[in-house]
Amino acid sequence: MFKVTFPRMGQSYLAFQMLMNDLGNEVILPARPSKKTLDLGVQYSPEFACLPLKILLGTYLEAIAAGADTVVTSGGVGPCRAGLYAGLHEKILADLGHRMRMIVFEPPRLRPLEFLRQLRLLNQARLSLRAYWEVIKRSWSKVRALDNIEKLSHHIRPFELKRGDTNRAYARAVTMVGEAYSADAIQDAERAAGELLRAVPQDPTRLTVKVGIVGEIYVLLEPAANLEMEETLGHLGVEVERSMFLTGWTRDNTWTETTHGLTVKDAAIPYLPELIGGHGRDSVGHTVLYAQRGFDGVIQLAPFSCIPEIVARTILPRVSRDWNIPVLTFFLDEQTAKAGMTTRLEAFVDLMKRKKETLRNMGTTQTQPQGRYFA
Amino acid sequence: MAKIRVGIPGALMYYLYFPLWQTFFNELGIDVVTSGRTTKELLDHGVREALADACVPIKVFFGHVMALKDKVDFLFIPRVVCLNRLTVYCPKFLGLPDMIRHSLPGLPPIIDERMDVRTGRTALFGAYRHIGSCLGCNLVQVARSLSRARRVQGRYHRLLQDGCLPREAMASPRNAPMSHGQVPDLTFGVLGYPYAVYDDFLNAGLLEKLHRLKVKVLTADNVPPKRLAGQSYGLPKRLFWTFSDQVLRAAHCLFEEGKVDGIIHVSVFGCGPDSITDKMMELKAKLHRGIPFMTVMIDEHTGEAGLTTRLEAFTDMVRRRKEAAPCLK
Repeated sequence: MFKVTFPRMGQSYLAFQMLMNDLGNEVILPARPSKKTLDLGVQYSPEFACLPLKILLGTYLEAIAAGADTVVTSGGVGPCRAGLYAGLHEKILADLGHRMRMIVFEPPRLRPLEFLRQLRLLNQARLSLRAYWEVIKRSWSKVRALDNIEKLSHHIRPFELKRGDTNRAYARAVTMVGEAYSADAIQDAERAAGELLRAVPQDPTRLTVKVGIVGEIYVLLEPAANLEMEETLGHLGVEVERSMFLTGWTRDNTWTETTHGLTVKDAAIPYLPELIGGHGRDSVGHTVLYAQRGFDGVIQLAPFSCIPEIVARTILPRVSRDWNIPVLTFFLDEQTAKAGMTTRLEAFVDLMKRKKETLRNMGTTQTQPQGRYFA
Repeated sequence: MAKIRVGIPGALMYYLYFPLWQTFFNELGIDVVTSGRTTKELLDHGVREALADACVPIKVFFGHVMALKDKVDFLFIPRVVCLNRLTVYCPKFLGLPDMIRHSLPGLPPIIDERMDVRTGRTALFGAYRHIGSCLGCNLVQVARSLSRARRVQGRYHRLLQDGCLPREAMASPRNAPMSHGQVPDLTFGVLGYPYAVYDDFLNAGLLEKLHRLKVKVLTADNVPPKRLAGQSYGLPKRLFWTFSDQVLRAAHCLFEEGKVDGIIHVSVFGCGPDSITDKMMELKAKLHRGIPFMTVMIDEHTGEAGLTTRLEAFTDMVRRRKEAAPCLK
């Protein structure tokens, strides 16, 4: 029996835990990244590796201390360096005397046999193909349920009457979905969780601003990495919409309707025609789309020294000018502190709110921004 | 009619492909203007304009572009994606024309032809043909210029392999490498990206200082390409980026051959790929205790004195160790 651990990204660990258990592995649950995790990671990581590598290394080391012997993670084909992290982690861990079994899932189209072999390796319970498929489907629906309630919490938090109500309801909602096992139970739990969140007392007349969050996937998805930015923003009266969820559901379903069929890639191409790896091009594209949908601002989150996001960051001021949308960038590293970040966020939100109020008092709504490419 | 002037910034790809591009444009009857060596002023301009989080070579590139922009009709900043079918260049190279275009005002038109050999056998020729046609030249002219340019480039590469520095090789393409007076008694591998190792302002004259310390320098370009291609480095997959891949291969070559007395890695502050390359080299160095290894990190604040001290200390240490070695046996 493998003692499996995996990277922790937001609440999705609940679904992965279920999946690994169903496949007959023992799960060493990765702890929520803390200051200690990060310190541990920083100690053994290269200095300029990005925050995700450091946090993950810390997470793995903590899991190893708890008895893990196998790491399940994803690979990649570049040019973002995250694709090489599994190999680097393995080397660093080996150098520290921990020989780990690394199960790295690469995109299946490149090495389909390798992909299948790894799937089989994880199948310790010797499930039939059909059962395997069912198990995967079930955990996928759980990830989706978790994403949906998280999304809902982002829309409720800025309107809550009593500060902290949403957090409490959300924590309970996550537990409910986390405990659900069968497909029906997950669906029921999701519905109940939704009702629970909507039952939070709200003040619908409050002046809120809408902010889109773009950037690198790990720091977007793991609240410990971005110092619970979404929560902070929610408390400041900001409706947050994150451009990325593990399920990628938003992009495929809602966006094509709301933005005249413009996809993220199409929106980014006038500014950045090349795929530069990571989520650099997505950051640019999403910013354009948020502007078109009349958002009040965009926040870019990236780990320090993340190359694709640096390229995006260099281009974003231009996008911001062309589409008349303010953009605030945070490069996160182990030195980032919450107080400084909150101050910057407060200032940003104040500016957006003042602008919105002025426009409202003048009796005009914000005019549809006109993008101009290469003027 | 005045000749068209094309500007090629003297940073990044300049150190590898300038002779090719210069000959290509000259043969088409177009003047090539370059921004020359990196200077303090260029660097300062670049630092002011470029994003603070970008690495220093990118900032230097911004400086070079600013020095050129009012002197030329076109800027040549090709989007070099992949030239060997195996590895791509750093994401900053991939987005370089866009970064420049969207953050510097008042630029002349940019020739940002995409060069990616993975899209077909004739992709590279197609790219040059497109450049030529944009500048009003026909197919025959382009083909002739390109074949001449490639000959020049081949000669340049051989000179680099023989141990010439880019400036020497560009200045006197027919000469053999110059001797540096003193007879070196140590050999160091100095590994790093061409734009960090060969830019003597950026690395505060590292190569020159080593010469003065009577050290012979081997760079990644001096390792035979075939040897380099056959070298493995024990990662489940190749590094994605051409320069990092080469540096890491060269490091493994030098460590395993054991002919050098020490290895210096010239790394750049905040360089993403380097975080992996450097760690891998460090882990490799642990397996080869006989070859001392040092990382020199450069950024826009790199000072002469600090670097000199470190190099002298490293060289002294290696030299003393080498002298002591026969006694220990």
